[in-house]
Amino acid sequence: MSSAPSVTAEKPVVSGGPRRWGEPLMHGLLWLCALASVFVTISIVLILLVESLEFFRQVSVVEFLSGTVWEPHATPARFGILPLACGTLLVTAGAAIIAIPMGLGAAIYLSEYATPVVRDVLKPVLEILAGIPSVVFGYLAIVFISPIVRSLFPQADVFNALNASIVVAIMILPMIVSLSEDVLRSVPRSLREGAYALGATKLDVTAGVVVPAALSGIMASFLLAIARAVGETMAVTLAAGKRPQLTLNPLESIQTMTAYIVETTKGDVPRGTLGYQTIFAVGLTLFLATLALNVLAQWILKHMREKYE
Amino acid sequence: MSLAGRGRPYAKAASAAFAYVCALCAFASVAVLLILIGQMLRFAWGWLDFQFLTSFDSQLSAHRAGVKAALVGSVYLIALTALFTVPVGVGAAVYLEEYAARSRWRGFVQTNIANLAGVPSIVYGILGLGLFVRGMHLGAGVLAGALTLSLVVLPVVILASQEALRAVPNTIRQASFALGATKWQTIWHQLLPAALPGIMTGVILAISRALGEAAPLVAIGAAGFVMFLPAGVNDKFTALPLQIYNWTENANEEFQFHVAAAGIIVLLVMLICLNAVAVYLRYRFGKRIRW
Amino acid sequence: MTPPSKPQSMTELTAEPKPRTLPLRRTTVDHSRVVDDLLDRPQKVVARDVNFFYGEHHALHDVSLSIPQNCVTALIGPSGCCKSTFLRCINRMNDMIEGTRLSGQILLDDVDIYRPRTDVVELRKRVGMVFQKSNPFPKSIYENVAYGPKVAGIRQRSQLDEIVEKCLRRAALWEEVADRLAASALQLSGGQQQRLCIARALATDPDVLLMDEPASALDPKSTARIEDLIFELKDSYTIVIVTHTMKQAARVSDQTAFFYEGRLVEVGATTDVFTKPRQRQTEDYITGRFG
Repeated sequence: MSSAPSVTAEKPVVSGGPRRWGEPLMHGLLWLCALASVFVTISIVLILLVESLEFFRQVSVVEFLSGTVWEPHATPARFGILPLACGTLLVTAGAAIIAIPMGLGAAIYLSEYATPVVRDVLKPVLEILAGIPSVVFGYLAIVFISPIVRSLFPQADVFNALNASIVVAIMILPMIVSLSEDVLRSVPRSLREGAYALGATKLDVTAGVVVPAALSGIMASFLLAIARAVGETMAVTLAAGKRPQLTLNPLESIQTMTAYIVETTKGDVPRGTLGYQTIFAVGLTLFLATLALNVLAQWILKHMREKYE
Repeated sequence: MSLAGRGRPYAKAASAAFAYVCALCAFASVAVLLILIGQMLRFAWGWLDFQFLTSFDSQLSAHRAGVKAALVGSVYLIALTALFTVPVGVGAAVYLEEYAARSRWRGFVQTNIANLAGVPSIVYGILGLGLFVRGMHLGAGVLAGALTLSLVVLPVVILASQEALRAVPNTIRQASFALGATKWQTIWHQLLPAALPGIMTGVILAISRALGEAAPLVAIGAAGFVMFLPAGVNDKFTALPLQIYNWTENANEEFQFHVAAAGIIVLLVMLICLNAVAVYLRYRFGKRIRW
Repeated sequence: MTPPSKPQSMTELTAEPKPRTLPLRRTTVDHSRVVDDLLDRPQKVVARDVNFFYGEHHALHDVSLSIPQNCVTALIGPSGCCKSTFLRCINRMNDMIEGTRLSGQILLDDVDIYRPRTDVVELRKRVGMVFQKSNPFPKSIYENVAYGPKVAGIRQRSQLDEIVEKCLRRAALWEEVADRLAASALQLSGGQQQRLCIARALATDPDVLLMDEPASALDPKSTARIEDLIFELKDSYTIVIVTHTMKQAARVSDQTAFFYEGRLVEVGATTDVFTKPRQRQTEDYITGRFG
């Protein structure tokens, strides 16, 4: 610094300066916060794997994945996950069949037809709908929907898969609507105007231009909603019953993977027993299924998105 | 020869019909839900009173049952959950937005968070059971419940805070750095205050989610029937959604239809209050900041 | 928060039809005062063979430029000629953009600011910056000016008050805002906001003031005020200003540097560059043949 002219003498020099120990400290602390999320994932995977491995030492993976009977409390106990998986599939498929067309229709209405006033009312209402807790839908399913279903189909069980499908459909609908509406609205105006200029009707433009242009985002919203339905717990537990069975009849009582976990953990299962380990094995299956759906949705969003200027 | 009026005579009609079908989809879902909630209100009518709010649960008479323990338990739970999630969640968001370069590490963490957001809450419940209740021997107390719920809502807080930080214009960062502020000074004095409305909205969203979650609590083995208020963080507890679940499962129709409905109304009112606070905060603080 | 003093009341302002707050240009400031000792002055900032890269893109080519103390140096050239890039090298704001690289030296008082030991935070306290678009923090007027000293560690209220008043006076804004220092800075007009940003930059007591087209977003009247201000400030600061209007360069600067496609084409006393340019490109540009 000896070469520096006199002007610098009264001011702090450019180099050196006070030592700021707080900066690296905060950097480190914040890094730890971000790391926490990674740690959560690692602990999910570890806990599920460790306990599941214990389970699979006693029950073969083949039997678990291909067995058609789930009787964990019987002697001898039988652990075939297909009935639970089938229950989940039945409820999810039913919910998807109801919610996907309705959700897409509602999204199209909000994005293409609704006046700003209607949109400003409906969108917040849908957001509120998305915030209603799962257990409330379970109540609605038992108290109101089940009697309606049974009056239409007298042979239906009190708790049945259709019940669950209907409430899960209502639950995932807002998700489909708001995600799809976002992608529909992001389709540029010029594309619509191009089609109108050729004499197309609004239906032609919507179904032929706008929806195809936003298709990847719409598909992703479907997948995310389906993942949500697969993991849906309280409403399904209350509405669909507790009988694990391999059936495709939506009017019968079934049990989903999530409902089995609830049923088992409600009774205080001692650690180290096979009963305790089953919930981790089922949990692992559930985790992998939802993870696959989510990863697929993100992959679609990342790689298939149409780019507009 | 003109093309006008040729072919597709029903094109216009089909277009109009399509519009109506779409509108029906939008309104039907909302209408169904409103009808159901209206019915529920009717069921709760006469059951939701002062006695209901100040009594413990009862196994004998539906008329003596109340939500006192569940209400207090829920308040404890969400307070602790907020305490755990907010610093970690906002911290992670700040790290990802302001410190992590566009590196592979950041991409990895970001993907990880997106995936965590999609993990079903029941899986977090199993994690809480294995990690907190059994692994750390916390028991199925308030602390274990709050820690489990914190894991459930952590991604919500991180993603909302990231969004809020991203909305702060870059000119603010540049101006602060150009004045010789350090990174942390810029974050603390400029970015966090500017992002505060967005962050708070996200936090309230997360708390609402935590307030309504029953599945993780069932999974960790939280008690359904509690006749006392939790005094310490490891005491047994119940929460509103859990209490509602138990009543709805009860074969006694007075519990199943009416007491459960009254409990749901209490829960929904709490949720509405939280969201009203979010709207107010957004309005109050959002107004001051216009870019 | 109460302002330290109240120089004039609102009634006084309205009673006087033409208050002294809006002086006409050239009547108060004598812009014709020529600095003719550019080369004899100490050179505050010296760039030697500066090459700058945005990733693979080679933005600045071998720029060597000396900036004399207490003078106004204008950087001119067509848009995209990287004059702003050069400006931002002087306080290392380009460090914030990822993938940028610089070779060569930039000396501030004979010390290379790009050597590894440089404390960027200290550097930016000594080299203030005013941006193209005014970017006040979404806080009060007072907080905006006091932010620099605060992050530098000044906590004493009286001292801060003093700095705020001094800097607002220097930026010719004091009389307009003295009675509303607690008001949001975003309520000020565009010209006032830009003068606030200048006051804010002055508050860290820098040696050098960098201005990136400070008047480009302002109306002619506000521009004139900013130009007067620059002229007054050069007695205390070394000023480097990027401008795309040649008239502005001619009005305010003592030295002009003409950049074209990342190269420094010509530099010299402003009067020389504008009256007898040595390079053909410079002549074409100032006569309006391109740009």
